[in-house]
Amino acid sequence: MVRMAGKGTAHVTLPTDTQILITRGFDAPPRLVYRAYTTPELIERWWSGERGEVTKAEVDLRVGGTWRYVMVANAGFEVAFHGEFREIVPDERLVNTEVFEGVPDPGEDAPVVTTTFAVAGRGTLLTQLTECGTREVRDMIIDSGMEAGMQEAMDRLEEVAISLA
Amino acid sequence: MARAATTADAFNAVAEPRRRQILEVLAGGERPVGDLVTTLKLAQPLVSKHLRVLREVGLVDVRDEGRQRIYRLNGRRLKPIHDWVKPFERAWEERFERMDAVLEELKAEEGDGSDGG
Repeated sequence: MVRMAGKGTAHVTLPTDTQILITRGFDAPPRLVYRAYTTPELIERWWSGERGEVTKAEVDLRVGGTWRYVMVANAGFEVAFHGEFREIVPDERLVNTEVFEGVPDPGEDAPVVTTTFAVAGRGTLLTQLTECGTREVRDMIIDSGMEAGMQEAMDRLEEVAISLA
Repeated sequence: MARAATTADAFNAVAEPRRRQILEVLAGGERPVGDLVTTLKLAQPLVSKHLRVLREVGLVDVRDEGRQRIYRLNGRRLKPIHDWVKPFERAWEERFERMDAVLEELKAEEGDGSDGG
């Protein structure tokens, strides 16, 4: 794989008890990163990563508008998130809520995600700060990565088992 | 796999914002207590209290140099936290690598990624 200038790997830190900060460099200008980040047909291509397939990406990109993404994980179960846009500065900044549909709706206490698309050389530095509200929610979000990772490991194990059968 | 919820582990020690500040300062190199007090603009007893907690969980080590107590970061102890966050980080990196592919296409569409359009 060709590594290009400006591109980095995702870096996750926990600035406070209740926050998660993700940063990542991209080798493309902010307006393109913003486009990939907010356009349903493009979100469908990246949001599930290696963990499944996106089956729905709806984005009503205006303040007060809602978004909803659904994916079917490799193991067959559905994962869905939705939220509402609170602030929109095209190509620069998005503030939105983010609710995981597998837990009771937190209402007003939904985590708030602030995403910024900053010029960095010829590329973009994307920062995504999630204010989770409580440490418990923060921990649950981080744990979800581990659970998905374990699921992948189980899937691989299953593939191996099938190939041996 | 949830982490252990003991009161004396590294996770709880770094949950306190000021203790995280202390660790950040020490990440730049070892420092005497007086230095930490000045840098962080906190009262000495408060800094000492936080340092004691950090020492108890092994996140910092201390040595005496003359009349000064010098503290330094023990990075090894941060590893459990790093290990906890890593799968989450990897999940996002997988997404971003797919975004890289999408972005290469968008740039190609625009004609060699020229910003002028």
